[in-house]
Amino acid sequence: MTSALPLRALPETGTNSLLASTRESAGVQLRGVVKDYGTTRVLHGVDLDVAPGEFVSLLGPSGCGKTTALRVLAGLEHASGGEVRIGGRDVSGVPTNKRDIGMVFQSYSLFPHLRVLENTAFGLRRRGVGSTEARRRAGDALDLVGLGHLADRYAHQLSGGQQQRVALARAIVTEPRVLLLDEPLSALDAKVRVQLRDEIRRIQLRLGMTTVFVTHDQEEALAVSDRVAVMGAGRILQVGSPEDLYLRPASAEVAAFVGTSSLVPGVVSGDTVEVWGRRLPLVSPSTDGPSDVFVRPENVRIVGADDDGVDAVVETSTFLGSVRRSMLRVSDGTVVHVQHAAETRLTPGMSLRVRVDDVPVLARVAADSPAP
Amino acid sequence: MNPLAPPRAARWIIGLIVALVFTVPFAATVLFTLTPLPGGSGLSLDRWAGIFDPANAAKYRPIWTGLGNSLILAGVTVALVLLLFTPTMVLVALAFPRLRRVFEFVALLPISLPAIVLVVGLTPIYLQIGRSLGTGAWTLAFAYGILVLPFAYRSIQASIDAIDVTTLAEAGRTLGAGWGAVLLRVIVPNLRQGLLAAALISVAVVLGEFTIASLLNRQTLQTALLVVNKQDGYVAAIFTLLALAFAFVLLLVIGRAGRIGAGRKTP
Repeated sequence: MTSALPLRALPETGTNSLLASTRESAGVQLRGVVKDYGTTRVLHGVDLDVAPGEFVSLLGPSGCGKTTALRVLAGLEHASGGEVRIGGRDVSGVPTNKRDIGMVFQSYSLFPHLRVLENTAFGLRRRGVGSTEARRRAGDALDLVGLGHLADRYAHQLSGGQQQRVALARAIVTEPRVLLLDEPLSALDAKVRVQLRDEIRRIQLRLGMTTVFVTHDQEEALAVSDRVAVMGAGRILQVGSPEDLYLRPASAEVAAFVGTSSLVPGVVSGDTVEVWGRRLPLVSPSTDGPSDVFVRPENVRIVGADDDGVDAVVETSTFLGSVRRSMLRVSDGTVVHVQHAAETRLTPGMSLRVRVDDVPVLARVAADSPAP
Repeated sequence: MNPLAPPRAARWIIGLIVALVFTVPFAATVLFTLTPLPGGSGLSLDRWAGIFDPANAAKYRPIWTGLGNSLILAGVTVALVLLLFTPTMVLVALAFPRLRRVFEFVALLPISLPAIVLVVGLTPIYLQIGRSLGTGAWTLAFAYGILVLPFAYRSIQASIDAIDVTTLAEAGRTLGAGWGAVLLRVIVPNLRQGLLAAALISVAVVLGEFTIASLLNRQTLQTALLVVNKQDGYVAAIFTLLALAFAFVLLLVIGRAGRIGAGRKTP
């Protein structure tokens, strides 16, 4: 698998039963959802609202409870407390198979004994759709994911990416009220991952299907979501648009998890913070005094030797294609990442001068400063 | 070829020895049954013809009764394995994974108990069974169901381990399948190989079992063969060969049925 698939046009609306459908998606609400395993609490009162047709990601490191939250939503786990609503109705007592959901799993989940078409038609058949009709609609769903030509294959004859495409077709063919994606891309290699990610979003937008997507990959979450809910230690830390989370993280945890940041020492006073001799506005209020400031690589700029800024020495420089990212040791000893034009070649040991852009930043009380 | 394999000549010799181990007793039995009746000479099929002679029907009736009973027992035992044991194993795999070790121990236990010891424990139970369910030969299937557990467990568990039961079941559930549909349409089709093997070995165990049937006074193929053997060793040998042929045909049929499923999955 060396080259990317050419961008595929989705089928014509008029000829595809799935695209032509007018079925409405449902909104989803989690209210104070708590989940205990024995004496360990893994969800501490999760609240989340997903509007009909919205694509929301649950983003967080492994063990933060994002998959558990999704499984509670699917009915595969029972919440120890709180409320789950789909389409306004409390589904706490409704078993998984009656929740009218579609789900794609992290591990390959196609039924090994069934062909691709039969796999795709499975959910329709369970809903009492006749064989001929189910096969026609399953074929349409496979066309939608671009695998109509593989309808007669078995799962083991497909690549990982193809298997997950079929799993997607199988999950959406029943036109569920909610589509749940549990890290469906994490087993795939990088190129296929990006392709399928974009395709999932494209299909989701066309179908207007409410989607909850669980991932630990912040780039993935930011790329496809209407909104992202960042989770940590069983709680939702911040919900917002990808831009919000990136530009205005509510807490140090979110800032550390979303995007790359370097921690640079600064001094907060009022609603500004002084970093390397410049005063920057704060994203959110912080305590006066010595602080750690989150600085993104694209906000650090290399300047001329006579300009304002601090001296730094290049440690490493990485070519990333369109840009370069370099690691610098600043004169005060901190290490910062800087993103710069690919044409600017930096070699280890080189001395230069940097400053930080005049953008709002997040600061937290310095880890080593004495408590006030 | 595997470079570690023994040289060609050695392989032929090993093959030959193994073949002899199997064929000599078999050929000897065949020859034995071809012994002519008193007064005859050379080889004759008279004794084979004799068992189908209506005049001897009464004499061999125990064997036909025993064979019939054994087949019923095989059927009931396989039904126990498929309808009771298999769902239990799936349940353990899906809902109680922590019980797996305990379950495995219990399932494998019968293999370490001599049949004679089992009977000691079973006798009082069968007194109760006799009172409530009668003394029909089929009731032995309860004992046989235990006897085949270790064999059935191994083959079914291998199939369960070969698939991701949990994910497949969850995928089935999210697609709208109830537990019944998950079991019958998602899991069982993928356990086909193991279930066939379990059924086959159960049939083989049941058809070959003697001790328990004899001590509990039930008439099966093996106990009947013993009775006939005391009267006429030749006839017993013929029935042994017939039983072997029967088991062989059964093996072929079940194996063929299994390959239909397997053939589709092989690239």
